Amino acid sequence: MTDRWSAGVLHYAEMGYWQPDYVPKPSDLLAAFRVTPQAGVPPEEAGAAVAGESSTATWTVVWTDRLTAYDHYQGKCYSVEPVPGRDDQYIARVAYDLDLFEEGSIANLSSSIIGNVFGFKALRALRLEDMRIPPHYAKTFQGPAHGIVMEREYLNKFGRPLLGATVKPKLGLSARNYGRVVFEALKGGLDFTKDDENINSQPFMRWRDRFLHCMEAVGKAQAETGEIKGHYLNVTAATMEDMYERAEFARELGSVIVMVDLTAGYTAIQSMARWARRNGVLLHLHRAGHSTYTRQKEHGVSFRVIAKWMRLAGVDHLHAGTVVGKLEGDPGTVAGFYDTLRCHQAEPDPAKGLYFEQDWVSMPGVMPVASGGIHAGQMHQLLHYLGEDVILQFGGGTIGHPQGIAAGATANRVALEAMVKARNEGRHLLAEGPDILRAAAKHSRELDMALSTWGDVTFDFESTDTPDVTAVPTRGGA
Amino acid sequence: MRITQGTFSYLPELTDEEITSQLGYALGRGWAVSVEFTDDPHPRNNYWDMWGLPMFDLPDAAGVLHEINECRRACPDRYIRVCAYDSRLGRQTVTLSFLVNRPAAEPGFRLGRQEGADRRVRFTIHPYALDRPAGTRYSP
Repeated sequence: MTDRWSAGVLHYAEMGYWQPDYVPKPSDLLAAFRVTPQAGVPPEEAGAAVAGESSTATWTVVWTDRLTAYDHYQGKCYSVEPVPGRDDQYIARVAYDLDLFEEGSIANLSSSIIGNVFGFKALRALRLEDMRIPPHYAKTFQGPAHGIVMEREYLNKFGRPLLGATVKPKLGLSARNYGRVVFEALKGGLDFTKDDENINSQPFMRWRDRFLHCMEAVGKAQAETGEIKGHYLNVTAATMEDMYERAEFARELGSVIVMVDLTAGYTAIQSMARWARRNGVLLHLHRAGHSTYTRQKEHGVSFRVIAKWMRLAGVDHLHAGTVVGKLEGDPGTVAGFYDTLRCHQAEPDPAKGLYFEQDWVSMPGVMPVASGGIHAGQMHQLLHYLGEDVILQFGGGTIGHPQGIAAGATANRVALEAMVKARNEGRHLLAEGPDILRAAAKHSRELDMALSTWGDVTFDFESTDTPDVTAVPTRGGA
Repeated sequence: MRITQGTFSYLPELTDEEITSQLGYALGRGWAVSVEFTDDPHPRNNYWDMWGLPMFDLPDAAGVLHEINECRRACPDRYIRVCAYDSRLGRQTVTLSFLVNRPAAEPGFRLGRQEGADRRVRFTIHPYALDRPAGTRYSP
């Protein structure tokens, strides 16, 4: 005991942050970190340092620890395992007592877990891979303002993925021209159109003018189809006051949905989620900026953690990858994101990058959104990989159709419905998909044109964010 | 116009054989199937008239198709939809819903514009068919 409290510097492992015999309590919050220690730093010490720096520790012994029940507040690294096939990386698991966190606050949770520790010099790199949120903590969050089930009942749309498109070009259109794209796309068969993340209120189109024109387009498309339609009106702005003003205007115009960007910050997102619940308006979240810290496997935060946090924070929609489109997305990893958003209970699954079990204790699911370089010709793959509770967003794949925007929308809707019908009939989507599409195109000139324009466009690049278990055989075979 | 509510409205009308195949999918997953009809196709009209109760204990697609055809005979000029319902915890909602009958002519919707101050307009939609009394809305 004397040594533990002598002034000076001690190894973190010797200060109680390395506890290999610790058995996590059901109420503990658990985190899995990918740790790359500096040369000469033992893995257990690196894991202990992470536990320490993300909880109570500082660089030196402080006597004021002794004024507290310090062992209660210490993060406890209880396991360090080498990453298969890598001699410099380890997965360190850390347990934190619930008392470390403020109820219902993503800002507090993230400041604790990904605060100072990510700049810690004794580590070359650090990545937060996954977290288990215990039911005790999950229940302190609002969760999705509506969730998947309520959204479908609200929109009166069942049994198939929803369809959307982002208005393009994303910058420069006047409000009147912008609304034209919305009208054509919704009339042609899409369920939603979307503002892009950087459409806020610029000189070429101010937010109020955009909202008015888009809602006229939505109303007209509803009259022409007899369906409920929506446009994600992006209310992201410099201050919460501005965001509330825009959201309230969208509600007054009868919009079923508003949208916010991840760049607005966790607290702004939680505030908008509360607003959305109170006002009966769906909340779409665009994950603008996430790739700066989610994409590289060695350092940052996995998107599955962001997905978990955003489900707690209370959004109804979140972009989560396409597998087949133009943006990063290994199939197993993307499946892990989708499970995190949609499932009520998840088990650890290394092939999906899921490190922990997760019980959502009846918190509704978030609708994942697949967007970025996808088109009608990939419909069989999209349905196979992403399932039914998903919004498929075809921006270029709608607006770039040679016969116009409405035709592009119709092509996507025909392809989607034909694929769902075929799946329900028991047909094998991956094997028969192209045949199913060609057969559907016989009664849809719009789909026929879409297939001949984009039928064979693919984005076949290697993913950077892949589960370790699939990385092993690749490495062994090389 | 053609109302495009339901899971398969952008495809050619489903044949009875195709309907049976979809019913088989739903029943095979333990979902209860029900038949509903209406002469008010407003998309926010949630409560169509029920053609009997959801068929919780009917495992046979042919039996459901029989009920669909009975409903078609009784209401040839209404919208008729088939709904599949998943009662599992966490779901407890409709999982598939498609039209199996339409009126011969679909007059569509009138777009209402409620003009307010500051260029504000609230849009409403109104099925033209509702201008006639219930029961005669789609009769010739």
